[in-house]
Amino acid sequence: MSYRHNMQLTPERKLRHFLSIEGLPRALLMEILDTAETFAQVGERAMKKVPLLRGKTIVNLFFEDSTRTRTTFELAAKRLSADVLNLNVKTSATSKGESLLDTLRNLEAMQSDMFVVRHQQSGAAHFIARHAAPHVSVINAGDGCHAHPTQAMLDMFTIRRHFGQFAQLTVAIVGDILHSRVARSQIHALTTLGTNEVRVIAPKTLIPKDIEQLGVHVYHDLDEGLREVDVVIMLRLQKERMSGAFLPSENEYYAAYGLTQARAARLKPEAIVMHPGPINRGVEIASSVADGERSVILEQVTHGIAVRMAVMSLCMGSHHATQEAEA
Amino acid sequence: MKIAIRAGRLVDPANEVDRQADLFIADGKVVGVGRMPEGFAAEREIDATGQVVCPGLVDLQARLREPGEEHKADIASETRAAARAGITTLCCPPDTRPVIDTPAVVELIHRRAESSGLARVFTLGALTRGLAGKQLSEMQALRQAGCLGLSNALEPVADTLVMRRALEYAAGLGMTVFLFAEDPWLRGQGCAHEGAVSTRMGLPGIPEIAETIAVARDLALVEQTGVRAHFCQLSTRKAVRKLARARHDGLPVSASVAAHQLHLTDMDLGEYNVMAHVRPPLRSQRDRDGLREGLREGVIDAICSDHQPQDADAKLGPFSATEPGISALETLLPLTLRLVRDGVLSLSQAIARLTVEPARILGLEYGDLAVGRPADVCVFDPEALWTLRAEELVSRGKNTPFVDWDLEGRVSYTLLGGRIVYQAAR
Repeated sequence: MSYRHNMQLTPERKLRHFLSIEGLPRALLMEILDTAETFAQVGERAMKKVPLLRGKTIVNLFFEDSTRTRTTFELAAKRLSADVLNLNVKTSATSKGESLLDTLRNLEAMQSDMFVVRHQQSGAAHFIARHAAPHVSVINAGDGCHAHPTQAMLDMFTIRRHFGQFAQLTVAIVGDILHSRVARSQIHALTTLGTNEVRVIAPKTLIPKDIEQLGVHVYHDLDEGLREVDVVIMLRLQKERMSGAFLPSENEYYAAYGLTQARAARLKPEAIVMHPGPINRGVEIASSVADGERSVILEQVTHGIAVRMAVMSLCMGSHHATQEAEA
Repeated sequence: MKIAIRAGRLVDPANEVDRQADLFIADGKVVGVGRMPEGFAAEREIDATGQVVCPGLVDLQARLREPGEEHKADIASETRAAARAGITTLCCPPDTRPVIDTPAVVELIHRRAESSGLARVFTLGALTRGLAGKQLSEMQALRQAGCLGLSNALEPVADTLVMRRALEYAAGLGMTVFLFAEDPWLRGQGCAHEGAVSTRMGLPGIPEIAETIAVARDLALVEQTGVRAHFCQLSTRKAVRKLARARHDGLPVSASVAAHQLHLTDMDLGEYNVMAHVRPPLRSQRDRDGLREGLREGVIDAICSDHQPQDADAKLGPFSATEPGISALETLLPLTLRLVRDGVLSLSQAIARLTVEPARILGLEYGDLAVGRPADVCVFDPEALWTLRAEELVSRGKNTPFVDWDLEGRVSYTLLGGRIVYQAAR
């Protein structure tokens, strides 16, 4: 199969890096979810730490601001007993003219074992993985508009906890699909896991060209698109989309594409509402819906830790086992 | 020096020659084709048995990076690469640093090329001062300095009124304007063809319409001003169709395409292959087929290298942060010959699009091996198979997506004005 050449996998088809959901086999996604399940139970204990990554150094390399993602990665690493270094590169080396690669080399020289990378350019995580030393694993914590695979996996985890399966589900992703790395990763995860139907709902200006080829149905009418869905995923709308002529105004967007109380009330009784955060209340979702009984938004955050623990331990486990076997 | 090139297959489309014939050269010129002139005594005999003998290639668009970006390449290094590639005439767009908008820069380039002596180097002058798209350049002075035409390189002339006046002024001087058609707003921050691939990769897209709108606008201005125009580096099928119609209507327009556009598509971006980052972007398979069709029909007159040598750092980064361009001189001939293998062109048509057609567009007498013409000659083995290795490129730019491609056609001799400037190692 083609994933033999996928740079994310070891020759034994185990996880080496975690850069994108695309091209990963379904069994591997299931393995991540199952492993996360065991870690979720760790999180519920009084003693939350496990010694799996003791002695390993994990660097959170963030070229773009983030609070939630960085802190959940940090917590995940600490619960695995790794040493964690947080680097907000936006305010450090690269602003002094140091290149991405120089930053990388310096961190490697400090014997890091894993980079968790967020960068504003699509493909940055691939670039770092391609140039990193052979013993280093790279986890993509968001690259441009390309991918945010751990976010997608924690969403899958949340969906599986609620429904126990994907094959019967209709999932709608609503909002700025064009600029969303989260949406792209969710689409790949949902289709790989065999979801019955995946819909994307947005005005035409926020739907990327030929998105249908990723296996989704496109809707421009929210009410039509939400009919019979089991899961609604609302995306954050960046305010700068108004100035880019993507949209006329926040008011018009909310009226046409906001998840209002009235729209939420028309959903199927068991339907859930998700949001990767941070939420723009009253822009894409009503406060009452975000805090309402269908909302699983805070669960998503909790699950983020378990899923990131799973991804980190799988990457380090398989990759380092391979390295030691070769040594 | 008197040279006889014996027993080769002489392909000289300008004179409709395609047969086995000896070529006789003296005093830098062709003195005999097929028949040895009386009293000719060769000082050097080249055995071209099994090889093709054709005019030296004329490359409409090659960046030599001098002046201003000598850390990437310079005229000496790139004309050496050209000689190895069978290219004897090169035309530089004006986006050097400083820009070619004064005679001084033109003279500098000519002087450097003369001292390297490995290829004829010509220039296009800037259409607007500093390529800023605001003020006309001193076109007469540039012409007197030797510029063969005018171009705004990859910079837009967004203001339609400025464009109209620039084209009118150039038309009055009888100068050809070389246009790169790309709407700057529709391109935006784009770095890849807008389609399923850019969507999947999350790369900002450059839509097809960024090119077709600009071609439509510029064709209307060409019609209105009567300027002779050449469209460089077309990338979309639709732009080719528009051009076909304009030519049918009798507009004085010609067009060229970069060789890599005839072989690669956006699928070649793979997992962020920065070597496939080019501008205009690699487009869909349908577009590639449309370009090939345009070439076959003659709507596209010439194939150029669009050579853009880069240093290693320029290609080291996330895809959109890297600089576009391919080091392309040394793949121009083999990629064009691949079109012959693929049944797009006959050998003679392929050679024409690399020699006499680009020479005609530039208003030059090269690319033609009639008796009395300058002896710029390329001798190549059309069946020699070789595998491209980046480190074996003569160009200082090692940036090419064709690494490990098996290419057919290898130059064995390049003659410039009757002088051997390249000879393959035996």
